[in-house]
Amino acid sequence: MLVSLYRYNPETDNVPYMQDVEVELPEGKDLMVLDVLHMIKEQDVSVAFRRSCREGVCGSDGMNINGMNRLACVTPVSEVVKKDKLVLRPLPGLPVVRDLVVDMSIFYQQYERIQPYLINDNPEPAIERLQSPEDREKLDGLYECILCACCSSSCPSFWWNPDKFVGPAGLLQAYRFLADSRDTATAERLDNLDDPFSVFRCRGIMNCVSVCPKGLNPTRAIGHIRTMLMQRTT
Amino acid sequence: MVRSVTNLGRTGAYDWLMQRVSAVVLALYTLFLTGFVLGSSDLDYAQWAGLFDQMWMRIFSLLALISLGIHSWVGLWTITTDYIKPTALRFVVQAGCGLIMFVYLVWGVEILWGL
Repeated sequence: MLVSLYRYNPETDNVPYMQDVEVELPEGKDLMVLDVLHMIKEQDVSVAFRRSCREGVCGSDGMNINGMNRLACVTPVSEVVKKDKLVLRPLPGLPVVRDLVVDMSIFYQQYERIQPYLINDNPEPAIERLQSPEDREKLDGLYECILCACCSSSCPSFWWNPDKFVGPAGLLQAYRFLADSRDTATAERLDNLDDPFSVFRCRGIMNCVSVCPKGLNPTRAIGHIRTMLMQRTT
Repeated sequence: MVRSVTNLGRTGAYDWLMQRVSAVVLALYTLFLTGFVLGSSDLDYAQWAGLFDQMWMRIFSLLALISLGIHSWVGLWTITTDYIKPTALRFVVQAGCGLIMFVYLVWGVEILWGL
């Protein structure tokens, strides 16, 4: 199988380039894209990419695989390879550090902006803050995000304004805390989002939904935030 | 919170709502005019002038004109802040859009009440 690999080492290359590598796939086995990358790294140790858990939990190996953002560790080659060619590029819209490794600072800055932690002004109870099963259920489909950045880096609104638009990943987490019955900072959180960029830059094209490796729906969460903002201002 | 002074309202919610309300007005106006043109056999100047001679039609048309201004301002503001990164150039383009919309509005009023 032919693998076309995005290569860029800022210390030696003036511009990025695509490198073609021939990989011999073992018979009768459907490898994951990450396995293919390891096979390439055995041939050429200079190839750089991030990986850690290799089972879709850590979110380290988000990359653009044959035109779609995915996690290399949970993407079977058979699912993405057509015409015997695999094209691997770094996540779009983020500065490349080297090869498939991108600088995720702006992504984390947006995440930090939404205050991704529980805020509760009430006195601490003796044991823990209780939540009814119904209230806990509201967090399903929100808390599972692994911050792989596949969604935000596939979003044109995030490409054009990564410093102002929170992006689908950050907004999914923003709603995770807005929806939490134990959080008391709802008004403050909404104040921080009620400008023309942070939430409303979402044009609802749903790239985030189609690429999320965890099957989450940031567009729906953004819709809920928008409804909360509308309800308190109209 | 991202500060902005060039968008329509001061909040994202306001812009979002105004864009949708103006879209509904424009859709109703388009449907009405299409229906009028298709429903009138042998449409002539007298019928057309007669329609716009009525106060409710003038108000409806003015509402559609204002809605067009609001709708296009929100849309073009979004496009310019997406694609034009140099601040001075973006401001000039936005000011140009605002001027054109204002001219269309005044001109529209002139046409509607000058018939």
